[in-house]
Amino acid sequence: MSTAIETIPPAAVPARLVPRLSRWSRTGLLGLAVLVFWLFIAAAGPWILPHGSGDMSTAGVFDAISWTHWLGTDYLGRDILSRVMDGARYTVGVALAATVMACAAGTLLGLLAAVNGGWFDTVLSRLLDTLVSIPSKMLALIIVAAFGSSIPLLIVTVAVVYTPGAYRIARALAVNINAMDYVTVARARGEGRTYIMLREVLPNIAGPLLADMGLRFVYAVLLLASLSFLGLGVQPPVADWGSLVRENIGALPTGGAAVIAPALAIATLTIAVNLVIDNLPGRAQANQENR
Amino acid sequence: MNLQILRLIAGRLAVGVVSLLIVSAIVFAITGLLPGDAAQEQLGQEATPEALAALRQQMGLTQSGPERYWQWLNGLLRGNPGQSIVSSAPVADLIGSRLPNSLMLAGVTALVSVPLALLLGILSAVWRGSWFDRAASMGAVAVVSVPEFLVATLAVLVFAVHLRWLPALSYSVDISSPGQMLRSFAMPVMSLSCVIIAQMMRMTRAAVIDQLRAPYIEMVKLKGASPARIVLAHALPNAIGPIANAVALSLSYLLGGVIIIETIFNYPGIAKLMVDGVSQRDMPLVQACAMIFCAAYLILVTLADLCGIVANPRLRHQ
Repeated sequence: MSTAIETIPPAAVPARLVPRLSRWSRTGLLGLAVLVFWLFIAAAGPWILPHGSGDMSTAGVFDAISWTHWLGTDYLGRDILSRVMDGARYTVGVALAATVMACAAGTLLGLLAAVNGGWFDTVLSRLLDTLVSIPSKMLALIIVAAFGSSIPLLIVTVAVVYTPGAYRIARALAVNINAMDYVTVARARGEGRTYIMLREVLPNIAGPLLADMGLRFVYAVLLLASLSFLGLGVQPPVADWGSLVRENIGALPTGGAAVIAPALAIATLTIAVNLVIDNLPGRAQANQENR
Repeated sequence: MNLQILRLIAGRLAVGVVSLLIVSAIVFAITGLLPGDAAQEQLGQEATPEALAALRQQMGLTQSGPERYWQWLNGLLRGNPGQSIVSSAPVADLIGSRLPNSLMLAGVTALVSVPLALLLGILSAVWRGSWFDRAASMGAVAVVSVPEFLVATLAVLVFAVHLRWLPALSYSVDISSPGQMLRSFAMPVMSLSCVIIAQMMRMTRAAVIDQLRAPYIEMVKLKGASPARIVLAHALPNAIGPIANAVALSLSYLLGGVIIIETIFNYPGIAKLMVDGVSQRDMPLVQACAMIFCAAYLILVTLADLCGIVANPRLRHQ
């Protein structure tokens, strides 16, 4: 069933998983720089904030941009720059954790299905296909409705939503590699399933899987931002970028930075990851051929 | 239409119905069975055991899981999905009063976005590589890679705040004139359309380019046909299947978009109802709304596949 458009990256495996900087195109480098910037802010967040992220300033609410508050203040008079920098930890952290979980689970199941085949493959594929026929936001909403939205639960929710997609890609790639002669040779040599999965198949699908993980990270960021925007994601007092947009939506009519800054933060992060994936060295050629 | 095509269609429809059944089981399992005791939740920790037992009896929690699922499914099919926990009104009434609003929003959006997206997609496929194509593709990528609420926020900023053409975040409930209705409708429809158009345009472009690259187009070109004739008489008729597929698939993005758009514009539709239900943990309401969305999604996806089957020329002429 064609429920979603999955882009399977070309099977060409780069010699190194992360190519040398000199091989990146200019657009790719730009994306990489923005991505590294946000990763740094997310990791170093608590130590480099200009103001406490919960401190209320004397400047008042929705204060304009000034030297003390570079991006103005929010609806409670808190420093927006600090709130956005602090929010990076939640947006990037939760999405990254969920993506890693989804891709690990999806890859493991995909490898198992491809290498084992048979009824295991059939049952698992049918089951996960059905999960895909629930729209991702809907699935996230009903899980949140049932279990609430603490941060660990959010991570698990988003991971569950994106596991079937990761499984599909991993299985499709692994099935191709599984049919290769060298895998048959390894089987004939008497290697066990675990060895074949981890030493023969996995290294040969790692490149495309990594690119797919980037895409899934974008989806995760978007889903989390949407959940928080609906008030069903990260709960106050902490706030990710989605909640920051929600909290400060009152600044919209005046065009205040309070609502634009977190929105732009989301946009720069997701577009940067897209740029990195589209401009991965080794994929450039494949892209050109498609044109 | 021949027998094989009918068999394929019947098979696809059956898969759709079975999927919907499994989806309903998943939805019920997540919202009804896994979270634990709904009676306990409703009464809190200090409830007396007698009150708990009485409420459990009343809510039918004493039965086994499959029995409860069966009853819930039965009620759903008969149009009686139970009672809202929060407002104690029948869920069917709550949904009934909101569903027309959402259908209207989705319908108007589809009417606006489908022709525009097809036009943009076909033009950028024909002129691929031109500045028009690059600008359109870049715009589409930008819209697709940011959350829907961002698109809506920007639309408000541009059209309501800077240009002052339209009212911003309020949806007036008392609509007296068609003009007023149009004005309060415009922002939600426009934001939602942006999202749909971006998706649909990309898919249409890909579908048409796929056809333009085929050897028969080369042949037509060699025969000296004009560019307009190549596209209109040769490429488009063959691309209709993939395009219809793309349209149905993109319309399924409406369902995700509508959740955000109804919330941001405070639009009294069923998605807003569901989001409120989720934050108040009103399970019967959430279950019913989720099933409506899942059913709509499955219908659109099935429709997309059916378009693909019917338009496949190898199956049509035998």
